[in-house]
Amino acid sequence: MKLLTINFILCFAFFSISNAQQITKATTGIFLLKNGKVYTHDNGVIKADVLLQDGEIKEVAEMIEHPGAKKFDCKGMTIYPGMIDSGTKIGLGEVGAVSLTQDHNEIGEFTPHMEALTAVNPNSVNIPVNRVNGITTALTVPSGGRFPGTAALINLNGYTPEEMYANFKGVVFNFPSSGKRGRWDRRSDEKIKKDEEKARKKINDFWEKAKLYAKIHSSAKRSDLDYNPQLHALMPAVNKTAPLLIEVNKKSDILSAIKWVNKNDIKAIFTGVSEGYLVTDSLVKYNIPIITGPILNNPSRASDHYNTAYSNAGKMQKAGLIVAIRTNETENVRNLPYNAGFAAAYGMGTEEAFKAVTINPAKIFGISDKYGSIERGKVANIFVADGDPFETKTKIKFLFINGYNVPLESRHTYLYDEFLER
Amino acid sequence: MLKITKIALSILFSTCLFGQSETGDVLIKNGTLLTITQGDKENTDILIRNGKIARIQKDIQPTNDIKVIDATGMFVMPGIIDAHSHIGIDAVNEATNPVTAEVWVGDALDPYDINIYRALAGGVTISHAMHGSANAIGGQCETIKHRWGVEDPEQMRMKDAPKTIKFALGENPIRVHGEGSRIVPNTRMGMEQVFRNAFEDGKKYAAEWDQYSKGLSKMAPEYNIRKETLAGILSGEIMIHCHSYRADEILMLMNVLEDYGVNKICFQHVNEGFKVAPELAKFGAYASVFSDWWAYKFEVYYSTAYNAAILSKNGVVTSINSDSRELIRHLFHEAAKTQKYGNLSDNDALKLITFNPAIQLGIDDRVGSLEKNKEGDVAIFKNHPLSIYAIPQYTIVDGIIRFDINNDNADMRIDIDPEEIIPSFFESSTHNHDNCMEGVSEFLFEHKH
Repeated sequence: MKLLTINFILCFAFFSISNAQQITKATTGIFLLKNGKVYTHDNGVIKADVLLQDGEIKEVAEMIEHPGAKKFDCKGMTIYPGMIDSGTKIGLGEVGAVSLTQDHNEIGEFTPHMEALTAVNPNSVNIPVNRVNGITTALTVPSGGRFPGTAALINLNGYTPEEMYANFKGVVFNFPSSGKRGRWDRRSDEKIKKDEEKARKKINDFWEKAKLYAKIHSSAKRSDLDYNPQLHALMPAVNKTAPLLIEVNKKSDILSAIKWVNKNDIKAIFTGVSEGYLVTDSLVKYNIPIITGPILNNPSRASDHYNTAYSNAGKMQKAGLIVAIRTNETENVRNLPYNAGFAAAYGMGTEEAFKAVTINPAKIFGISDKYGSIERGKVANIFVADGDPFETKTKIKFLFINGYNVPLESRHTYLYDEFLER
Repeated sequence: MLKITKIALSILFSTCLFGQSETGDVLIKNGTLLTITQGDKENTDILIRNGKIARIQKDIQPTNDIKVIDATGMFVMPGIIDAHSHIGIDAVNEATNPVTAEVWVGDALDPYDINIYRALAGGVTISHAMHGSANAIGGQCETIKHRWGVEDPEQMRMKDAPKTIKFALGENPIRVHGEGSRIVPNTRMGMEQVFRNAFEDGKKYAAEWDQYSKGLSKMAPEYNIRKETLAGILSGEIMIHCHSYRADEILMLMNVLEDYGVNKICFQHVNEGFKVAPELAKFGAYASVFSDWWAYKFEVYYSTAYNAAILSKNGVVTSINSDSRELIRHLFHEAAKTQKYGNLSDNDALKLITFNPAIQLGIDDRVGSLEKNKEGDVAIFKNHPLSIYAIPQYTIVDGIIRFDINNDNADMRIDIDPEEIIPSFFESSTHNHDNCMEGVSEFLFEHKH
């Protein structure tokens, strides 16, 4: 009996402790967003109610009534499509300096078969902290080697990676750089060039093998083929059924990457692209979709204009490219609207910058039928705010991810509630 | 003869100028003044003469050929102050001993650091160039004014700004000395004893000199710059700025300071300051924090972006710093985050990057607000500085326009290397969250990266 009591007390104590660290459960059901305005990309803000059901946007119309729906009064507020961060490590890393909590960087140079989605931790403390700023979806990206793995797009709510998966995957390719890795990089220009050439040769050999593998795989000799996970993972990119995410930043490297893409006939998305503004003509000519950022970043060269990183996205967009914005963050993905805001202030304008964190990534990832705007039939990824979502003063009032009403709570809000008045 | 006179005159002239920095005159017309200490004033002019704010009122008539800035529709605020940065110096860490009070970043000033200009382009006129966090007691720091264009390091110093020294608690000194060299400190217990030992040294040293100066001992004690500095900390001449994260270690240092009669300290980073806000307020300790950095290492895992708001609301003099050559360019935006995380008013948010860091650096009688007789450090913005759409237009230091958005040549370097045809391109798409460890990680922890 005594033991039982102790057990009970222990259980209770454990429950209350863990409860303090746990976010209130997200709820599902039929939700009706009343009295608000709906943000549309090309028709401004319209007066409409929004009905969410079965994880989808069921209806967008004036004066919707639904007796069974839970109502959310959005008076004076605007209903926005959830923001998409097109490059993060969210879910793959917990505590930056604690290497055993970092699951984005596998050993090896050619590891396209490493699946980010496998290692996404749905219970990462990072996820609630970041989504409460209106970021509902993020591309989570492996890092490290030349082909570090396969990135996955995830919704920032769910109990399993599969539940979170938002229907896009892409192999990442870090294009060989002729730039310096950092201030500590003391390699001579000759050494950098040599390293780059060596890397290029290795890549070309690897790619030739992948092409051969894919060719045999689609031929009658398929049964003779030994399974090779690396080459297998490249098949969608080789066959052009999925894009290759090519990280490339320096002007001359971008030009080399364009050549490489054309030579190998690849469907490419360029990521980073920090000197894209210098080669917009070539990028436009080959119609390459761009994921750029962080916008809040230093220029890459000492001689650069101080606002180079602020203005790059806008310059590329104005040149006619489709541009999405990323933070490249793990724990501060929540700064996505501020990265977009700086791009907006430095030439892109608010509307285009908002597209760069909603409909543009949806288009680039080939999922714009389901994501990126508030339209009937799309996934119910929505946030409701009391003002311009880029302004720091603006507050998010309601959040829906994958049709779930997600509480606006996180470790950060809990600590505030607990310690404001101790 | 004439030549000699000329040389003599120029020597005399340069001697006079030594330590004296250039000042200017400028009249800023019709702006919305965010004075910080005296409310906002619309359509008001501000006249700077000889580097000092001479008048703040409506309709000041321009005299002579004074430079006039039309700030109609713009926001005029005091120059932003960063209480924690590492720009403008080319050495950060003397990571060779847990106590290196003898070193001083003021010996390593670098007027050619382009990050000074980039900070100016974000409205920042003053930064606290700090030693790193490799050691429990690191080096002395230097408060610099962003007089971009001067080539004499002496001209970078904010003359007569109080002396400061960098302390560090937690993971960094433990990694470097305990894990790296197997010497104390290897734990937060050891940290405490490093401070107590050092303060004992300083106390003993001061007592020996005291005895000597009173004639009670005949032999002068051996001069030791490390101990001299430690004695200076105990006497209150040198203020501590301590890198810290966890609540327990913050309390520990306050206890040690109390034992040694030191009553002034500014905690830097202080991510868990919010957990001990009442204790910080009671001690009178200051806090200089990040707006939202967390989770980059374990000691910041249990932190919150509401830190600045909790500290402010508990009466702790709080500032928002950059510790980063990237963040220093948009401290106005970092301050604005306290409106999202904690609902601070416009004025309270702006105080975090102006008047409060001025208090923390002991220069609030000279800068940090727009007031008559204060130094002419001003930042002028298109759109309110707390708006995401804010764009700095002019940054003025001592009455001299050091940043002018309409007079920016893209390449603003003043030390162009003639052998470098195209300046190096650096791949850096992620932030470095441990700038305090600059110069350490590269050689001490190479095997880990």
